[in-house]
Amino acid sequence: MDTLFQMFSLPLLLISFRYATPLILAALGGVFNERSGVINIALEGMMLFGAFAAVYGSGLTGNPWIGVLYALVGGLVFALILAVVCVTFKADQIVVATGINIFASGLTIYLMQVLFGVSGTSPRAPRLPPVRVLGMRYNPLTFVAIALVPVAWFVLFKTPWGLRIRSIGEHPSAADTLGINVNKYRFICVLISGALAGLAGAHLSIGEYSAFVRDMSQGRGFIALAAMIFGKWHPIGAFGAALLFGYAEAISIRVSFAYIPSELIRAIPYVLTIIVLAGFIGKAIPPKAIGKPYFKGED
Amino acid sequence: MSDLQTTKTDTGSKFINLLIELGFALFSILVALLVGTVFILLAGESPLDAYHALYIGSIGSWREFLNTLWRATPLIFTGFALALPFKAGLFNIGGEGQLLVGGFAAGFVGFYFTGLPSIIHVPLAILAAMAAGAIWGLIPGLLKAYKGAHEVITTIMLNYIAIQLTIRYGIDRFRTGGRQALPTIEESARLVRFVDMAEMPIIGQIPLIDVFALPGLRLHLNFILALISAAVLWYLLFKTTVGYEIRAVGFNSSAAEYGGISSSKTIILSMVIAGALAGLAGAGEALGTHHTFMSGMDADLGFTGIAVALLGRNHPFGIVLAGILFGGLTQGGLEMQFVGIPSEIVTIIQALVIFFVAGLQMLKWFLLKRREKGETE
Repeated sequence: MDTLFQMFSLPLLLISFRYATPLILAALGGVFNERSGVINIALEGMMLFGAFAAVYGSGLTGNPWIGVLYALVGGLVFALILAVVCVTFKADQIVVATGINIFASGLTIYLMQVLFGVSGTSPRAPRLPPVRVLGMRYNPLTFVAIALVPVAWFVLFKTPWGLRIRSIGEHPSAADTLGINVNKYRFICVLISGALAGLAGAHLSIGEYSAFVRDMSQGRGFIALAAMIFGKWHPIGAFGAALLFGYAEAISIRVSFAYIPSELIRAIPYVLTIIVLAGFIGKAIPPKAIGKPYFKGED
Repeated sequence: MSDLQTTKTDTGSKFINLLIELGFALFSILVALLVGTVFILLAGESPLDAYHALYIGSIGSWREFLNTLWRATPLIFTGFALALPFKAGLFNIGGEGQLLVGGFAAGFVGFYFTGLPSIIHVPLAILAAMAAGAIWGLIPGLLKAYKGAHEVITTIMLNYIAIQLTIRYGIDRFRTGGRQALPTIEESARLVRFVDMAEMPIIGQIPLIDVFALPGLRLHLNFILALISAAVLWYLLFKTTVGYEIRAVGFNSSAAEYGGISSSKTIILSMVIAGALAGLAGAGEALGTHHTFMSGMDADLGFTGIAVALLGRNHPFGIVLAGILFGGLTQGGLEMQFVGIPSEIVTIIQALVIFFVAGLQMLKWFLLKRREKGETE
């Protein structure tokens, strides 16, 4: 009974937003690139590099907001690799993204050694000022993430720009016939995704913590990917899924169960995603042209 | 471009194709090493010293060369685990998870059963690992074949489910000490190490076997299993009906279906075999390298295997060579660490190899395209 009470207590529900923040940010980014037809399993690496860039920028200038800017640019730079190699040169998106994840892991540890002379945890850097809402302490990026959800929805579903993105993801050659520059839109969508994943990284390193720890993204980029699929490639769906997954993480950390090991609760997001993807409860259907490079004049 | 086409061409052009492939692979590595010098210079070190250390540490001596083979072993297996489904048109990102469940199964059988003779205990542990890996490959295979669920996503999810089940829950449930590991496996479940061979009853009689009696040599039996697997895989892919079906489905699944090949059966089969092979990588790490299943044992071997398969052009023998190359980079990286150069440069170089191989593939494609265009005009 006690456990049940804890599970649905208001503080736990409120704190889920903190755990959900990086998932919301990266999943929104994922919605953009996947809707344009580019698969992005490099969210993890972009988030990791963003986390490092945030600590570096914050420590360098003493201003955590500059750190956020660094994270944004850091995510962008990594996204640029994916965009150039996969959109411009049309190399395989999965292969290159795998490379980016390995690259991010190696590069961040290398940079820690070169810049700070350590390899596990970076020196401390100023963190973002906390904001109190309903008696809970949040960092501002949580509210940025929540605010971006309706923005992403509006852009994707209520602007001509968003319509073009969606049409490219479904039928690039038809979009091309209408004079839409397919690869330009894809390029921009990948960059948006990188910037948002970078922000998610900043949340981890200077939002909830005040240092960079090696491999600190711990698979959150992949959970964000799962949230995006669970939310059926829709900003609001992705937001809901990210909240659910954040809640699962909060439960597994803060509630102790007598019979169910917390490790298994943390596996729930992954299991749910597989179930939804397989269509056991409400099939998730990806954009049609996902993962395929677009060559002009071929179909 | 495809295997189905190359089988028709004569041996002469096949040989030239092979040389071109090899040339592209070597060129990508050279470019990656060249770009790697930038990172070495930025760290304030001399690239010459760094690469000299890399050379000394990987193939500078007989022992280091053998240890390079030891490092290569799991990578060769995870490379196979990507390559086989790739031939059937699938992207198995799940090598990591398949390796973990395999390693856990082997580690579990290794410590749980006591009093078994080696001749039973070792095969039992290896079979358990292969079965666990095969199940971890079967799930995404079934979901792909019958539900159309994208295997990239399902295998990624299964990787994380495997982490939670084995490294987190499994170890917590059975561990006895403070270490994040299962109890150490029984003596009888250990894979034979090359260093011990000279003192073994029958094998010890083989002439020159004492070349392996080197202190600090960590190579074990799993490398031999990797070579055998390479041969079996080559035979399966290029000399059997099953292999032909796998390649046909990868080449054009609807045409294959029209020709009477069941693409769902082929997809499932390729994923099951891939899972079992990745499970073998885990078995080798648990039974031969660490003598336990422990946290951090996977060390991204599954993901690096993707790079190995890519560099090895998804060919069993190419993967063995690429695996040895990547094993050498890891092994040599330790020597770099000793002389004070960040060993993460090796990880960076490995990632660069992926970028350049993927990029050059496209360059080749563009050149081919242009030549075709030139011929038709």
